[in-house]
Amino acid sequence: MKPPSLEPPSAEPPLPAPVLDMRHVSVSYGAHVPAVLGVDLTIRPREIVGIIGESGSGKSTLAHSVLGLLPKTARMSGTRFNLAGTDILKADRTALAALRGPAAAMIFQNPMTAFSPIHTLGRQLTDLLWRDRDPSGAQKRARIVAALAEVGIPDPVGRLDAFPFQLSGGMLQRVAIAAALLMQPALLIADEPTTALDVTMEAQILHLMRSLRERAGVSILIISHHLGVIAEICDRVAVMYAGRIVEEGTVEAIFRAPRHPYTQALFACEPALVPTGMRRLPVIAGEVPRPGASLCDFASRCAVKAARCVEQAPPWTRSGEFPGHHVRCHGSALSGSPPSGRTP
Amino acid sequence: MAMLTDTATPDTPTEAAGSHEPRALARFATTLAHILSTPLGAIGLLLAMLIVLTALLAPLIAPYDPTAINVKDRLADPSLTHLLGTDQLGRDLFSRVILGTRTAMTVALTALATALALALPLGLVAGYGPRWLDGPMVLLFDSISSLPMIMLGLAVVVLIGPGVPTVILVIVLYSVPSYARLVRTQTLSLKSRDFIKAEQAMDAGTARILFRHLLPNVIGPLLILACLDISTVITLEAGLSFLGLGVKPQIPSWGNILSDGFAVIRKSAVPVVAGGVPLVLATLGFTFFGEALRDALDPRLARERRP
Amino acid sequence: MREQPPLIEADRLSVDVPGRGLPFLRRAPLSILAEVSLTVRPGEIVCLIGESGSGKTTFGRALLGLVRPSSGRIEVDGVPLPDFSARSFRALRRQAALLFQDPVSSFNPRQRIGAMMAEPRAIAGVGSTRLADIVALAGQVGLSERFLARFPHALSGGQARRAAVARALSVTPRLIVADEPTAGLDVSVQGGVLNLFLDIREQHDTAFLLITHNLSVVRHIADRIVILYLGRVVESGRADDVLRAPRHPYTRALLDSEPVPDPTRRRAEPPVIGEVPSIARRPAGCEFHTRCPRAQPRCRSEAPVLADEAGGRQVACHFPLPGAVSIPAPGRRMAKS
Repeated sequence: MKPPSLEPPSAEPPLPAPVLDMRHVSVSYGAHVPAVLGVDLTIRPREIVGIIGESGSGKSTLAHSVLGLLPKTARMSGTRFNLAGTDILKADRTALAALRGPAAAMIFQNPMTAFSPIHTLGRQLTDLLWRDRDPSGAQKRARIVAALAEVGIPDPVGRLDAFPFQLSGGMLQRVAIAAALLMQPALLIADEPTTALDVTMEAQILHLMRSLRERAGVSILIISHHLGVIAEICDRVAVMYAGRIVEEGTVEAIFRAPRHPYTQALFACEPALVPTGMRRLPVIAGEVPRPGASLCDFASRCAVKAARCVEQAPPWTRSGEFPGHHVRCHGSALSGSPPSGRTP
Repeated sequence: MAMLTDTATPDTPTEAAGSHEPRALARFATTLAHILSTPLGAIGLLLAMLIVLTALLAPLIAPYDPTAINVKDRLADPSLTHLLGTDQLGRDLFSRVILGTRTAMTVALTALATALALALPLGLVAGYGPRWLDGPMVLLFDSISSLPMIMLGLAVVVLIGPGVPTVILVIVLYSVPSYARLVRTQTLSLKSRDFIKAEQAMDAGTARILFRHLLPNVIGPLLILACLDISTVITLEAGLSFLGLGVKPQIPSWGNILSDGFAVIRKSAVPVVAGGVPLVLATLGFTFFGEALRDALDPRLARERRP
Repeated sequence: MREQPPLIEADRLSVDVPGRGLPFLRRAPLSILAEVSLTVRPGEIVCLIGESGSGKTTFGRALLGLVRPSSGRIEVDGVPLPDFSARSFRALRRQAALLFQDPVSSFNPRQRIGAMMAEPRAIAGVGSTRLADIVALAGQVGLSERFLARFPHALSGGQARRAAVARALSVTPRLIVADEPTAGLDVSVQGGVLNLFLDIREQHDTAFLLITHNLSVVRHIADRIVILYLGRVVESGRADDVLRAPRHPYTRALLDSEPVPDPTRRRAEPPVIGEVPSIARRPAGCEFHTRCPRAQPRCRSEAPVLADEAGGRQVACHFPLPGAVSIPAPGRRMAKS
């Protein structure tokens, strides 16, 4: 039971085998619509990794690709894509389905639509335990009640007979987390888990997720566009832009010394970080381009663009005093400039 | 400029306004392509077009006068002179089937158009009008729908006698309540949508909300339902005529052909088959076409097709 | 700004939903809004803050008569509405615009954006609906002409939001009621919408009632803040005062719950536990006592009244927090590097 740690878990060798290991993974819809481009991402046991990015950055596609939840038109490629020891790129549909649950489980943005409206929660949670053939109904029930109690649901026995519409969004998100835990996954994927919730509930859910890592030893991949949420629970952070990871590092590195101009601009726009009294909020002008349209997809919106940004692909360089901090930018290693955004 | 507002103001045509036509054309093309992309949709469209064309060109196709009685040649077998033979009065069956198509389409289209025209305002009033009116109107719709079709038909025939207008009236009476109920349900669900609330917040008048905002959103599903109903209506017309409650016996209609055919079925099965096959084809054709149209126009399905 | 008479004043506005069931067995009506008073002066930005179930959206709609108030009074320029019939709200609706939380759903799905932008002018019969003028209108919110021929679902969140603002602006309203104006927008776009509001206020002296739960945004734009809990005002006052030194424990909890984008300032415990009670089962006494860390026996039995304090502040709490403690804005405490 260690307290929430800011120390990079990858600091000391030997490293445990990663839960998720992606090397140069790309996903495209159809043949010509890339969504994720050459992503490298590693998640080790008990690690909480966050992905930040605007809509259209490909962060949801990335999360869905891990569970094989992409639509049929999607095509995946890469040199390595291992989830809990299974190669996802080679897995067929049955093998992918077998991974859902024991290897990875998902929490969705809207808990209201994540449950079937016509079955009781108890029934839906029992169905999740279909793999356990041996335990009796009473044993399953006891496990479910224990899981519901663990995520802080009052009167868990009574909730078994409740229908989803009888619970609030926050309570349902707790049930969703309990459901994920029942399957004892190695990796929990949370796609904007608190976006649909009130702030007081958001704080409680984030706290719950953090404590679950301590108690259940689960790794978490959390996707959010909310910097506060990422800062609250992540160990490591990857910043996604137009399908690529443009910066990656410990949460401290990203929040203390963001190096990529996009990360810096994103921080500059965060209303909680903008000093009050400015009465004029910074924005990033323009829109996220189609992934892979140019060598550096941020060049069209970048404030510190140079000639080489359009001539050469930006290298993935180590940066700064924080271990494991990498940036995909030409200028980044040189300019440790403070966050700056543009005010129109 | 008509694209932007309804107030006629002279303005130069622009890209925005000009792009309307190609878009509509493109939308028609994609809808058509989608209907043709499924085998049932293609069959439905073909059959529906075949029937409509036959109805339009009936007098040109039919080789004989379908009402000309020729007792000498009664119940002739199919031959080159009479493709489907003749009936018990010696009338050319092929000509009667062809002109029966025209009767069927006339009845179906007139009846459905009238029913739609009546159901739209009734449903809009029930759904958007004063609340106290809604209950009684729904009660009325339900009462009419609860009457058995044949009884309703008998009552109308007793009152005004058989004939094409009678058949149309019966069908209108019978279909208005179900269409009106659909319009009402649609209106009720649209009424609580944000864009109608937005209109109210902009102080839009009731007429504007009804005709510019509710109507275009209601009419799509209604037209599709009506298309699916064409087959039902054709069957109804045939059924009523078969019972002698519909079209007058001398007028060519599939129901009359069937009815006449049954009387002579021990001598020849050809008249029954000649009346029955086009009926089955029309029913299948319009049902397949209507279903394909519904799938093609449903925006939710459309989005799934193009992720 | 203070001396000007209020543009709109809601006085003890309540909204009830009639109970369902058979006559005589019918349940008591549900009170969604209970005696909420609020004023907006010309050119003022008032933020109405609350969680789901606080009745904040209902208040915005009740103010324009889209939801019928069950009691209370609405005054426009000091003149009270005679009653709450649609006819009485007409004049107010012509001077106000409502921005919905989901801008796409507030457009007719079968009409083009350009036509929808012209809609208020066409309804009022005031102003030009010529294409050139609609293009100019779109330009004011930063949308180019090519968007006018699009259907609502073909716009991104930020574009749809701008289009909705353009529609509101087309008749230059004196009051814009905006429901969660930044919901669903990326941070990179959020600022643009808020800047647009500030520009509009500057140009037309338009007043805003912003209905939101996003306190980090409120901090930058609000003149005054009103906090709702279960359909009741628990605290109100000047934005700086309320945000720097909240008096009500609920306001404090809201501020503390907002996750701070600084990994060194993680919270060991969530600042408030439990969830908002259902309005069908309002707690007795102070309605926040079930979640309040400072609740005393008195809070469980006796409902606090909304008491006026110095500086135009109001608090409904038996044991308010001391007003002097200041919370530094998180932006200042960030990054040492």
